Amino acid sequence: MSSHPDSESSGASTALPIHIQGLTKKYGQMFALDSVDLEVKSGEFLTLLGPSGSGKTTLLMAIAGFNRPDAGSIRFGETEVILTPPHQRNVGMVFQSYALFPHMSVAENIAFPLKLRGIAAAETAQRVEAALTTVQLDGLGDRDIEQLSGGQRQRVALARAFVFRPRILLMDEPLSALDKKLREQMQIELKHLHEQLGVTTVYVTHDQREALTMSDRIVVINHGKLTQIDTPHNIYNHPANAFVADFIGESTMLPLEHDGSGKLFFQDHLVETDFKTDAARNWSLVIRPERLFMADKKAVDSEKAIVFSGVVRDFVFQGETAFALMSINDKYDLAFRFGTDSSSSQNILQAGDQVSLGLNRSDVIIIPQGDDS
Amino acid sequence: MSASTASKTEGINEKLLRIQGIREQRLLLSLATPAVLAIVAIIVIPVGWLFYLSFTGSNGHLSLENYQRMIEYKSYARVFVTTFQVSILTTLICILIGYPLAYFLAMLPQRLAGFFMLAVLLPFWTSLLVRTYAWLVLLQKNGILNDFAMSVGLWDTPVKLVHNLTGTLIGMAHIMLPFLVLPLYGSMRKIQRDLMHAAANLGASPVQSFWKIYFPLSMSGMVAGSLIVFVLCLGFYVTPAVLGGGRVVMVATQITAILENQYNWGAASALGVVLLIATLVILYAATKLMKLDAALFGKH
Repeated sequence: MSSHPDSESSGASTALPIHIQGLTKKYGQMFALDSVDLEVKSGEFLTLLGPSGSGKTTLLMAIAGFNRPDAGSIRFGETEVILTPPHQRNVGMVFQSYALFPHMSVAENIAFPLKLRGIAAAETAQRVEAALTTVQLDGLGDRDIEQLSGGQRQRVALARAFVFRPRILLMDEPLSALDKKLREQMQIELKHLHEQLGVTTVYVTHDQREALTMSDRIVVINHGKLTQIDTPHNIYNHPANAFVADFIGESTMLPLEHDGSGKLFFQDHLVETDFKTDAARNWSLVIRPERLFMADKKAVDSEKAIVFSGVVRDFVFQGETAFALMSINDKYDLAFRFGTDSSSSQNILQAGDQVSLGLNRSDVIIIPQGDDS
Repeated sequence: MSASTASKTEGINEKLLRIQGIREQRLLLSLATPAVLAIVAIIVIPVGWLFYLSFTGSNGHLSLENYQRMIEYKSYARVFVTTFQVSILTTLICILIGYPLAYFLAMLPQRLAGFFMLAVLLPFWTSLLVRTYAWLVLLQKNGILNDFAMSVGLWDTPVKLVHNLTGTLIGMAHIMLPFLVLPLYGSMRKIQRDLMHAAANLGASPVQSFWKIYFPLSMSGMVAGSLIVFVLCLGFYVTPAVLGGGRVVMVATQITAILENQYNWGAASALGVVLLIATLVILYAATKLMKLDAALFGKH
């Protein structure tokens, strides 16, 4: 968003870290949160990423104070808040439904938290104006909520969530109701806004691309447990297990065989020569479709790359990229994605074509089989 | 742009499509005919007849005597005052009982709310007369309520709970309650729970959330329900007649009395006309006020 020099950036709101320990929430026999430990660093943009029912929203709602966990501790800085009612937690929140008050104008919505805090009318008006400028809605303060587009409502919800300078900002899939183009634009804007406000932000989404775009760190959550916590780069390049590899980005997983002497094979391809970890487990090779390249089998140095050969089973043109499935021995389908420049012969693949695909050894990802590790 | 330039010449099947459109409109209109005829037969003609009768004097000629009488005799004014007093009080009692009830129902999970709603609606489906006489049994001097109250020592001598304003209000409030609760419940159900979460998140205590968010958003249902109750009360006959025991004379009771005692259709019609016009004026004023509400509280 625009770098309007409003008072938000004057440092009046210092960010707070969040410490979560042993947080557990059961619905009947099912664990929505299973003894979750999480440290959210001061000022970082942390995304909770997981499929629906994974517990990510339950975790966010517990931080906001809207549900009562069965056990655990949540601290904002040094303050324990597990028993603090939501209206005393002083965290900003953007709801999936925006939750704008329909009987108030845009400005009244944004002024609501300021009035509750007894801030004088003049300062309230000034801060509402500044917040509107920050979200690029100057001059729309008098509008009714119903007169706004989805994108504008989203911005009002955002302005209302940070106008009272909370030290923690929570967002529950705030962009899910927007169309793709606007969503991608808002992702960048939200990222800039976060940099501008410097507030500790916990963001919930089921959209892995959104998570990769915006986050300092991503928490992958599944069945109420935190599966992996890392930077977008590491989550994508070094997924901890099959669930993460599958949920984030596209991937093909091929089973590996261990020969007992530290060598891992996929069929007759030597994948790894010096594998030291637990030999009793089963391992998989994860291949990102865009890391594969068309290869001439004889020209490739087998020290540097592995070459898979097979038959094209499907080929689809998708605009900026094309996507193909290559069948290996009619048993494994290898997903393959490549750019679509006009000159490339890659554009004219057809089902039934014989192809060889290369994978650089530096792009090899090996994970244990099964979702839990 | 390109479509408007092509309008000179007739497009393919343009005429046929236009004819089909007109035919569909006529079909829809013909579907509404029975209802229109029914309204004319049941409402327009009788009300017109009512107006005509009210302007007919005892000699059979056009006259204003029925209206003059209403101004001259104080008893008529008293009847109207009683009618409005009872209607306003009944509406207020319904709001006081109905708002918490509707709120309770709206807070329940849908299925449980359906069950309790049935409890609200069940009396609604039994005969008005039965319910009114049931109240008579409960409230009379040696009735269940008095017996119980005296046995637990709430009061020593029987309290007069019926054949007066108290009895009338108890009976009417009971009968009118669903008319308030239903629209109120409807508007409360429409209030997203996220809004209350948002209010709390922004720093509003539960009491503040209620008065600043929930209450204004439930206003539309409350105004609609109150209007229905009030207007129904204005013309209510059975319950005030039975539970008022002749001491609470409302317009409808008075109309019956005039017809039974004097067989004066003109006088009775004039009362009906005044009540009808008063009701319409109130409805009109209320919708104007609702617009004011819309300006104050938003369009909900």
